[in-house]
Amino acid sequence: MDGAVPLFRMEGISKRYGGVRALEKAELSVEAGSIHAILGENGAGKSTLIKVMSGVVAPDEGRMMLDGREVAFASPGAANKAGIACIFQELSLVPDLSVADNIVISDPPKRFGMIDRKAQRRLAEEALARAGAEDIHPLALVKDLPLSRRQMVEIAKALARKPRILILDEATSALTAADVSKIFAVLKRLRAEGLALLYISHRMNEIAELADQCTVFRNGRNVASYPAGTKSDNEVVELMIGREYSHVFPPRPPATVPSAPPVLEARALSWNERLNDISLSIRAGEVVGLGGLDGQGQRELLLAFFGVLRGLSGQVLIDGKPVSIASPAAARRDGIGMALIPEDRKTEGLMLPMTVRENLSFAALDRLSRGGIIDRAAEQRLIDDMVGLLAIKTAGLDAPVGALSGGNQQKVVIAKWLMRQPRIILLNDPTRGIDVGTKQEIYQLMRKLADQGATILFYSTDYDELIGCCDRVLVLYDGAVKRELVGAEITERALISSALNIDARQGAEA
Amino acid sequence: MKDWRYWLAEQRGTLLAFAIFIVMFVIYTSNHPAGFNANVVQTAANKGVLLAFVAMAQTLVVITAGIDLSVGMIFLLTNCLASWLVVGTPAQTALGVIAVLAAGVLCGAINGAIVIYGRLQPIVATIATGAVYYGIALLLRPFPGGSVNEDLADALTGRVLGVVPASLVVLLVIVLVVWVPFSRSVLGRAAYASGSSETAAYMSGVPIRRGKFAAYTLAGLLSAIGGLFLTFFTYTGEAAYASGNSYTLFSIAAVVLGGVSLFGGKGSAIGAIFGALAFRTIGDLLFVFDFDPLWQPLFQGGILLLAVSLGAFALFRVRNRLEWFL
Repeated sequence: MDGAVPLFRMEGISKRYGGVRALEKAELSVEAGSIHAILGENGAGKSTLIKVMSGVVAPDEGRMMLDGREVAFASPGAANKAGIACIFQELSLVPDLSVADNIVISDPPKRFGMIDRKAQRRLAEEALARAGAEDIHPLALVKDLPLSRRQMVEIAKALARKPRILILDEATSALTAADVSKIFAVLKRLRAEGLALLYISHRMNEIAELADQCTVFRNGRNVASYPAGTKSDNEVVELMIGREYSHVFPPRPPATVPSAPPVLEARALSWNERLNDISLSIRAGEVVGLGGLDGQGQRELLLAFFGVLRGLSGQVLIDGKPVSIASPAAARRDGIGMALIPEDRKTEGLMLPMTVRENLSFAALDRLSRGGIIDRAAEQRLIDDMVGLLAIKTAGLDAPVGALSGGNQQKVVIAKWLMRQPRIILLNDPTRGIDVGTKQEIYQLMRKLADQGATILFYSTDYDELIGCCDRVLVLYDGAVKRELVGAEITERALISSALNIDARQGAEA
Repeated sequence: MKDWRYWLAEQRGTLLAFAIFIVMFVIYTSNHPAGFNANVVQTAANKGVLLAFVAMAQTLVVITAGIDLSVGMIFLLTNCLASWLVVGTPAQTALGVIAVLAAGVLCGAINGAIVIYGRLQPIVATIATGAVYYGIALLLRPFPGGSVNEDLADALTGRVLGVVPASLVVLLVIVLVVWVPFSRSVLGRAAYASGSSETAAYMSGVPIRRGKFAAYTLAGLLSAIGGLFLTFFTYTGEAAYASGNSYTLFSIAAVVLGGVSLFGGKGSAIGAIFGALAFRTIGDLLFVFDFDPLWQPLFQGGILLLAVSLGAFALFRVRNRLEWFL
């Protein structure tokens, strides 16, 4: 390998989103005929790296070389033409088109200017066979297929493009064990055929079986590259640890009173293969974190509590009594008193063109009105309280909420729910994409609310926050609670190793 | 599953519209005083194809998850234009036809450019352009009038071989030369893909913009063909505002009846054609049963409401309620 020009090389790639740097002078070399694994915790820059490689985002600086020649991709289509195919997580299939239509979508076979359906069918069947998914009918509509089959179509689609570099981003997370072994055989064959494969996965055993080379990312940089099998799992975790601490957290109380009765409980909660037999119990005054790599069922768990999901099995108990919460409106009712601070404030939290005042009072309108008429004076008092409590900076209450900074928008979302004085507060990654100052105010507020007796369930993709804010952390993996960390056990090492489902005891000892 | 089952599932909307039409038409002709004969069929066909052309136009745009509220006005504008241009010698008439069709293409292209490159919502953009097209139509024909090459008009609204309505033959030809190639071309597939999931289409490197532009432009062309036929039936041009508006609204009704999803990505213009023919027949049913014509809008509305309600059943299967709003 030495001295030869790598098939693909990235040099000094940087990318910033607003004030957040996702990649910082990242380097990567990919060799033909090998499988290269990329490791890193949430926010380490893995997904941005892939997006840059596959033409979804343009880097701020740096260069990319294919066969030693500098390249730049204006769109995913351009990256495709250059021979880079990326398997996204069910993102790139068109639901209303058939499997065959989807497989050839980038470059359908043509005859007399029209799509040649016979040739299309043949290509699709070949690609499905290559991916080991002959059971999928090429005429089936993608939207009628279960998730694991869609993922196989996605893989077949990438193979149909005859790529030179194939990127798999958590491509196996939705697959059944039988599919995974088929895919592994396919990937090994592709390697033998001389393709370069970039493999992103949180499953250490998969990486051990497949990879030739590994690169670890941390804080947007590649921190280590090594031949697979030369480092132990613990050494790998060691490389992933070391985020720069920049936040100050409020002091944690010594320990919550264990005698307080549980307020929010789940027993054997399951849903659509995304939640598997989750049981948990949270007392008043506790801040409990949800950890694990992104997309392991944390979001679905919060939605399940908040009455958004249908067809749940298992039980939810409030104050020890079984309840059935059929909608967000039911979840916020007095006996339950639940609030959910959603992940995407722009779509699920705020009505952006409406005023700060209107947004603040939406969740509490039933309490502020009599006979359907809003009591303006009561509304004003409560709004003033909230703006004061959260120090929301706005040009005025009648300014559109969309004009506020990200941090202040998020404060409005939180304040809107605090107006109801909820007893149970669910937070879905509330500090994503907001400034450090506001983050710290949110940490303070969470602790204050807990001290006043609220029950808080807090999902964060930032391990720092879980360490700094939570009394307990439940680490989710594949929709199930893999590990519970209490108090001083909550360390970055323990969080990362349990998130990767590496032997839990090992992680705790070190 | 066998291939034919997938084909059946794909064509379900079209077949349902076809079935509704056949049932309605059988009821209609069996109660018609003259019964089922070539004259009755010819009259019904001539009324039906006008809406069928406009509904085909609407289908193309709806497939991209857009909506075109200017189709009725393009229909009027090309009618008024045809009443000036499609006259004289055969050569002049031919040039006139080409000019009218070109005007329709231009109108559609303007819609497409505004929606795609101006990034305006289709509903707003086409209300505005529709008003402009109507304005031009009104200037062309402040009062009903004009004329058309009557030989051509009679040939295209008459019968072929004494039985088959010529207008249906033209409709079939248009389906074969416009719809079939489009639906099987890369651009057509791009239109479907962008209507179904624009993100996925983009990530797959599909030519989204060109696909949408083709859809809007062809919608202009099909509306113009409708406008030409209107001229052939009436021998005049008329900028009748109410008529333009009702063609626009009925085209949406026909599209829905024809199994085309207003969410985009699903359906066929052939379904929309049967939707249009069925919708027309529903209106005519009242006449053969001697109802007061005053009942017609109410009756049509009721049938339409029933048809669109069928499409909502899928919502009962959604397991994550947030998907209701996608």
